[in-house]
Amino acid sequence: MSAILMPKPDERVLARRDAIIAGLATLLPPEALITSEDERRAYETDALTAYRQMPLAVVLPETTEQVSAILAFLNAEGVKVVARGAGTSLAGGALPAADAVVLGVSKMNKILDVDIANRTIRVEAGVTNLGVSGAVQHLGFFYAPDPSSQLACTIAGNIGMNSGGAHCLKYGVTTNNVLGVKMVMIDGTIVEIGGAALDAPGLDLLGLIVGSEGQIGVVTEATLRILPLAEGARPMLMGFQSAEDCGACVAAIIGSGIIPVAIEYMDRPAIRVCEAFAHAGYPLDVEALLIIEVEGSEEEIADLISRITAIAADYNPSTMKVSQSEAESAAIWKGRKSAFGAMGRIADYMCMDGTIPTGQLPRVLTGIADICSGYGLEVANIFHAGDGNLHPLVLFNANKPGELEKAEAAGADILKLCVEVGGCLTGEHGVGVEKRELMVHQFNTIDLDQQMRIKTALDPQWLLNPHKVFPLEGRPV
Amino acid sequence: MTSILLPDSEAEIEAILADAAATGSPIAIHGGGSRDIGRPVQAARMLSTRAMTGVTLYEPSELVLSARAGTPLVEIEALLDQNRQRLAFEPIDYRGLLGTKGEPTIGGVTASNASGPRRIQAGAARDHLIGVRATTGRGETIKSGGRVMKNVTGYDFVKLLAGSWGTLGVLTEVTYKLLPKAETETTLVFEGLDDVRAVEAMTTALGTPFEITGAAHLPGAPSKTLLRFEGFANSCEYRTARLRDLLAAFGDAEAVRDEDSADLWRAIRDVSPLEAREDEVVWRISVKPTDGPAVAARLRAELGARCFFDWSGGLVWTAIAGPADGGGASVRNLMAALGGHATMIRAPHGLRAAISPFQPESPAVTAITHRIRESFDPAGILNPGRMG
Repeated sequence: MSAILMPKPDERVLARRDAIIAGLATLLPPEALITSEDERRAYETDALTAYRQMPLAVVLPETTEQVSAILAFLNAEGVKVVARGAGTSLAGGALPAADAVVLGVSKMNKILDVDIANRTIRVEAGVTNLGVSGAVQHLGFFYAPDPSSQLACTIAGNIGMNSGGAHCLKYGVTTNNVLGVKMVMIDGTIVEIGGAALDAPGLDLLGLIVGSEGQIGVVTEATLRILPLAEGARPMLMGFQSAEDCGACVAAIIGSGIIPVAIEYMDRPAIRVCEAFAHAGYPLDVEALLIIEVEGSEEEIADLISRITAIAADYNPSTMKVSQSEAESAAIWKGRKSAFGAMGRIADYMCMDGTIPTGQLPRVLTGIADICSGYGLEVANIFHAGDGNLHPLVLFNANKPGELEKAEAAGADILKLCVEVGGCLTGEHGVGVEKRELMVHQFNTIDLDQQMRIKTALDPQWLLNPHKVFPLEGRPV
Repeated sequence: MTSILLPDSEAEIEAILADAAATGSPIAIHGGGSRDIGRPVQAARMLSTRAMTGVTLYEPSELVLSARAGTPLVEIEALLDQNRQRLAFEPIDYRGLLGTKGEPTIGGVTASNASGPRRIQAGAARDHLIGVRATTGRGETIKSGGRVMKNVTGYDFVKLLAGSWGTLGVLTEVTYKLLPKAETETTLVFEGLDDVRAVEAMTTALGTPFEITGAAHLPGAPSKTLLRFEGFANSCEYRTARLRDLLAAFGDAEAVRDEDSADLWRAIRDVSPLEAREDEVVWRISVKPTDGPAVAARLRAELGARCFFDWSGGLVWTAIAGPADGGGASVRNLMAALGGHATMIRAPHGLRAAISPFQPESPAVTAITHRIRESFDPAGILNPGRMG
């Protein structure tokens, strides 16, 4: 048994399953309603695969109006709803519950409008992250947030979790790139918030909705900012013999007035696994590796690289290598972006997502090593060094009894350490079920109560993705 | 006579608000008092954060600063300047436009989500704000966010409180991320373009990779269309040259550099080019950039309005003299048709009391807003009606 408990399903809802399904069937075409056990199984988990829950049913609406009808019906019936994008959440954000209906947005996948002059795109929420960039790439534009799962993950999920990515050091995360949404509240009300203008009137509801983990409403459409592609971009690799040197080098680069597009960090175990998988040309004889990417014209890139190289010289780099070709750049990024998958080939892992003040890096890396060795587990560190967002991968063997629990305990200790040094539990993956019970380490009762009041105010019965984000104890319902 | 409360701790603010909530007595919330915007608040007491001062954290190498809400902005900017850093969202100083005397505070900047010309490239105040502490209408101090750059732990009250004009809570401490100051800046000035051509030039420029950090159009004789570049000198040089070539069809552009360029943008940030007269009501109209010229044309034709454009046409600063409603009916109709929003920034108290200075919202959004306000401030004591 793993440590995270699921609330006991509502027996009254389970007993009414047939009637609930019959009700849904009147609202949707037959192919949009999934009830058989075989087909429901595809929705029983997300990328936090240690947890599985077979949902009551799955609905795959194609329009906002259908979403509205479904939510109004389920609200009246008192049935929980778990909205789902592509199911790539590492925090269990899309994990169903036995007494909940999964509402998948995958069929709402149309690009609605591209407006180059105003630099916006309007999409249905089931469009994939990469699909947004794909729709505007031929026009010289892209959508900035770039989570590693961008091939699969949807805009709906990105909005739910306020997803980031490697390039958000310069371009910001989801909340900085969403201008408007169409959303359905639990009672079926359809609301439009924001639009194509740069700011929205009234309270910043968009800011609240982005990152609310599917607990406030179901987003069906979004207006996003698109940005012109840089003239060129080039990554460079920089290896160090100590985490201290590496961390100090990052601080010096940023302190000099240069904000690279990305500064990614890998430690020795992570480098080995990624290199074996992607043959990216990573040096294998270093303790810490930075991938630093800069953008601009040929001259600007050359200038930035020479500035960065000059700064780095003070921090004992043992390798320094600038990508010489498109193919080499692609390989360097392939290694980084497939890190989680590559790691999955050699071991099971828990992927953590704390953020720390960047000055605390050496202390926290030592702490992570100590915590994991205390549990007899290995760890590989991959993270966004420029903004202090850590992704320690705690390795374990799922077939060995007790190892998952140990990994979870180590992960929890790591996140508590992040909070202790002034950081937070999650930088871009979200709380989900995974970190729900850890919220008390970052927030006190007053903080959590006010957040839960907002949940109650906008979803009085707590039907939208309810068993996430907040500790099970101390809830108002 | 309004009595003024000057608490200098969260504990005092908590006590004041808890008491006000218990007795249902509204309180007007002030920072430096330089932003007399929104519907005038009817309250016997005013709480000023003027005594809540001081920078509580500044880590230049981590690009982060925290300060208590009443800290004067000028103090923070002077401190950042020592390390060649800045608040990149370029907060507007309303004193010239509004004729107010106070000292703008970092809390006021936050509560009004004050952003300037660089909004188009760097984002608004809410995009740079990473942590808040605020005392709610329940007399409880909550925190959200923190001091780290990426944080999705719990609901994002950081954004919700930015731009809430003191109606959800009294900000007590705010934390911002910082950016390095640019080494140089250059502005290209095109002359004689009409509004439509100017917006075409600006949106074209923003569609290039040359990182424009300001795009404004000042109608007049001759009109001036301004594009700002910032960064290392050689990069600025390169980008201005490329853009000049690309925009050759819009005429020759003069390059204005460094302090002269900074002066231009300070004026645009603070709405000086509008030269609003005392008898004029001033509106801040936010639309998609390509709608900007139509907004100006319509309001000029209907009401003799005077306008200039920031945010590549998306922000239309408008002065209207004459109609008793300050042009409200026309502006609101236009917004309903175009899908933008307008705020009556400067108008006599009586007019701001009579019609809502903020854009009316749809019934569904109003209902959500109402429920959120109720949960933060159940007794309705914090700046009641200010955003209504």
